[in-house]
Amino acid sequence: MRLNPGWRGQAFFRNRLMLFSLGAAGIFLLLLLRLWYLQIISFERFEEKSIQNRVRILSLAAPRGPVYDRHEELLVDSRPSFNISVMRQDVVDRPLLFEKLADLLEMPAEELEQNWEKGRGLPNYRPVVLAYDVGRDRLEGVLERQQDLPGVLTEIRPVRSYPYRDMAAHMIGYLGEITREDFQKSQYAGYQVGEYVGKSGLEQQLEHLLRGEEGQRLIEVNVKGNLLRELQVMEPRPGKKVYLTLSRPLQQTLEKAFGEYAGAGVVMEVNTGRILAMTSRPGFDPSLFARGIRPEEWNALLENPRLPLQDKSISGQYPPGSTFKIPVALAALQNQVARPETEVDCSGNYYLGESLFRCWKREGHKQTDLKKAMRESCDVWFYQIGLELGIDKLSEMAFNLGLGRKTGLELGGEKRGLIPTRTWKRKRFGENWYGGETIITSIGQGAVLTTPMQLAVMTAAVANGGTVYQPQLIERVENWEGQVLQQFDSVVRRKTRFRSGVLAAVKDSLEEVVSHKKGTGRRSAIPGIRVAGKTGTAQVVRRLSVEQEEAGIEQELDYEFRDHALFVAYAPAEKPEIAVAIVVEHGEHGSTVAAPIAGAVLRDYFNIPEPEPAKEEKDV
Amino acid sequence: MFDRRLILCFDWVLLLSVLLLAGAGILNLYSATANWSAGGTPVYLKQLVWLAGGVGIALLVCVFDYRHLEYLSPYGYGATVLMLLFVLFAGKTSMGATRWIALGPINIQPSEVMKITIILVMARFFSARAHPQGFHLRELKVPLVLLALPALMVMKQPDLGTAMLIIFITGTMTLFAGLEQRSLIKLGLLGLSGIVGGWFLLHDYQKERIRTFLNPERDPLGSGYHIIQSKIAVGSGGFAGKGFMDGTQSQLSFLPERHTDFAFSVFAEEWGFLGCLLLLLGYLFLIIWGLYVARRASDRFGMFLAIGVTAMIFWHIVVNLGMVIGLMPVVGVPLPLFSYGGTSMITTMIGVGLLLNVSMRRFVF
Repeated sequence: MRLNPGWRGQAFFRNRLMLFSLGAAGIFLLLLLRLWYLQIISFERFEEKSIQNRVRILSLAAPRGPVYDRHEELLVDSRPSFNISVMRQDVVDRPLLFEKLADLLEMPAEELEQNWEKGRGLPNYRPVVLAYDVGRDRLEGVLERQQDLPGVLTEIRPVRSYPYRDMAAHMIGYLGEITREDFQKSQYAGYQVGEYVGKSGLEQQLEHLLRGEEGQRLIEVNVKGNLLRELQVMEPRPGKKVYLTLSRPLQQTLEKAFGEYAGAGVVMEVNTGRILAMTSRPGFDPSLFARGIRPEEWNALLENPRLPLQDKSISGQYPPGSTFKIPVALAALQNQVARPETEVDCSGNYYLGESLFRCWKREGHKQTDLKKAMRESCDVWFYQIGLELGIDKLSEMAFNLGLGRKTGLELGGEKRGLIPTRTWKRKRFGENWYGGETIITSIGQGAVLTTPMQLAVMTAAVANGGTVYQPQLIERVENWEGQVLQQFDSVVRRKTRFRSGVLAAVKDSLEEVVSHKKGTGRRSAIPGIRVAGKTGTAQVVRRLSVEQEEAGIEQELDYEFRDHALFVAYAPAEKPEIAVAIVVEHGEHGSTVAAPIAGAVLRDYFNIPEPEPAKEEKDV
Repeated sequence: MFDRRLILCFDWVLLLSVLLLAGAGILNLYSATANWSAGGTPVYLKQLVWLAGGVGIALLVCVFDYRHLEYLSPYGYGATVLMLLFVLFAGKTSMGATRWIALGPINIQPSEVMKITIILVMARFFSARAHPQGFHLRELKVPLVLLALPALMVMKQPDLGTAMLIIFITGTMTLFAGLEQRSLIKLGLLGLSGIVGGWFLLHDYQKERIRTFLNPERDPLGSGYHIIQSKIAVGSGGFAGKGFMDGTQSQLSFLPERHTDFAFSVFAEEWGFLGCLLLLLGYLFLIIWGLYVARRASDRFGMFLAIGVTAMIFWHIVVNLGMVIGLMPVVGVPLPLFSYGGTSMITTMIGVGLLLNVSMRRFVF
């Protein structure tokens, strides 16, 4: 029974609905007729076409974007390399094909087999690469025999090339094949198996900019899969151009000055935070990665005790040693705990209760004021002043100068370092802070840790009057039409206002470190330019027991137990332009090992020719 | 308010036929994308998730009485026009077209929403006026403006396919409401001059598509490539097809867009004429059932609503198939329930929900 009695005019619409149903059926019939025409009447024609239809789409890999230095000099480029690939569905007899190819390419058939396996994840219409970066001769050999090699084709793949070899390798970073885990990440949507992506440094940070857009090549092949003709080419679009703040000549000077030493160095513009050079030693050759690194090469890098893959400039954490006396002195003057004239009598020993703290100079510095304490790096002056100042005010100054926190550089893997405070100790060890700890912190030992990058930021902040800049590596990004896509300006992270006279007094004392005849940093002095700096020696282990020392034992320590040598500097002292921070791992003495490296950099920057070799001298 | 009869009257036939068609679509997607690169969720699984979501939305749409939509429809329409306006000035651009509003992780495509809201507002207009002799052109000023506004904005995006669909849907509803004979002729002429005039408003790539459609061999690797490849795929399917997952065109060679707009060519290649016949019968059943829902509707608004939704699904099918088998230019319209894509699935399922809503309230006054 119908409950619905119908509304006005419903019957009228019923006819129309019937008409519409018929109309719909009619249009569907038309579609069916067309299908009949295509699938039944023209079947043979289309079937033949579908058999002959062998259009293949090959991808044309895009070169990664080039990287330039501040003078628009090319640092990293791409060069074409030739790959031998195979279209899998066109292969008839795989073992036979591999046998022929192994012969032509002079490589084991097993390796071809491995590469074939690796390509399983690729869509069928994509060729699988069997041999990478094949030389001209072998390539021509394959091309000549191509008619016997169904399915085989050659592809051009751009490979990263490094005109300056291992220069700035950490900062630029290396490439590696995209991994299975990477595919799960949304940032790698649209990537293909076998593609190379940035794994560290700028290559990783700027992956989205440096990677280009793949092009396509439409080719027609015959039934055997051999190339008949090229139909259409869509050129790939290379990645964006990246311009760094780096200066290639200065970078090379810095790296050369390190010689065989391990460690890190940073050169920074004082008034912008722009990095002119930064290195981590030992380096590595990124071109090994660009062509696909071999397991034995990879293991050698991993097992090297001097950690060539680590970027020590941002992830190496070192006790700052005496370079930490700069924030201690600033904090003491700023908080009016000491004045530049404040004198301490250094006997070579300093007692806190029962505990003995030694000055590095056993016979002591006698009457010492700030200037003398800084230039001769007297520890006792800083023990006493640091103790009076207290750890919290000391740490506050260190934080304000950019230590103990990430600097914000555009590279991954940056470490924070550590500036100890009472709160930190309670949280970390559940213990109270002891005065003895303040004493050793005052000379940059104990728990305090800094990265070379932080030391450079600190030095720049002292030089420019208290502004902590975010270190900056990328100047701008351009597309190939020369349009600027991104421009980076300097970023101020923090600003400290000093009482009048505080900064001037400390800066004067730093200048004496380099200019005074007893200054520890005089080996960074260069004629005609006023340089200010501070040396540091960071103890790796306690070298000798008090008894041994008193017995006068001198000991040649194994490499890994030797002290780290540090030096920070800025110049010109009267109107600072650049700051330098050098850490030489196990270099033993800041004054003899680290200061000359800074000196070489400063010489290059200010265009001052090399000096006569200076005679050896030894202190802290 | 919730009546036990609503459950008893639930339109299982409609839901079941929708699910069957969508199931065939997912099976086809499985084959079309079987050998795609590793990584990420397979396309057919994603589509399954969209289908589940779509059914959820359809059921949600059934819950409230569709008659509330009658007075709400002008607001919905107004809001959609505002969204289209927003797209025009601040929309998100992707692949050369500005169609989306970016809302965090979701992109909303107002032109899709418009397909639904224009049905609602037109149903309201026509249900309020009865004209046994048919409407005179003068009386259609309001719907003409209501149509022209969004259609022009969508065309500007540019999205010719969607604009065309909005026009087809409204046209079908108007035709159903009835037109006076002379007005019908005038409107036909107006439409024709619109097409001719519209040619000059088209973007170059759109003109190119139409030229290529008229003569695909003109550019066999550019825009003609789609049509040629698709026709070869369909034609080589023959009577019984090449078999599931065995289509050489779709499996080996490169059939463009084979999981989205050209999903049907994969199906036609692998299942042949026989499969196509069955699939078309399935779709025809859905259309006729939609008209049947209109016939049984308990009021005029419900009837026009059902007509509108059915027209939407119908025109999607016709335009997509027409394109795939070379009867129409390539305009990028998906096949409902068959092509991969969340947007299409959700729009279709909202429509299905409206049909279910009208259908199950056929005895409620």
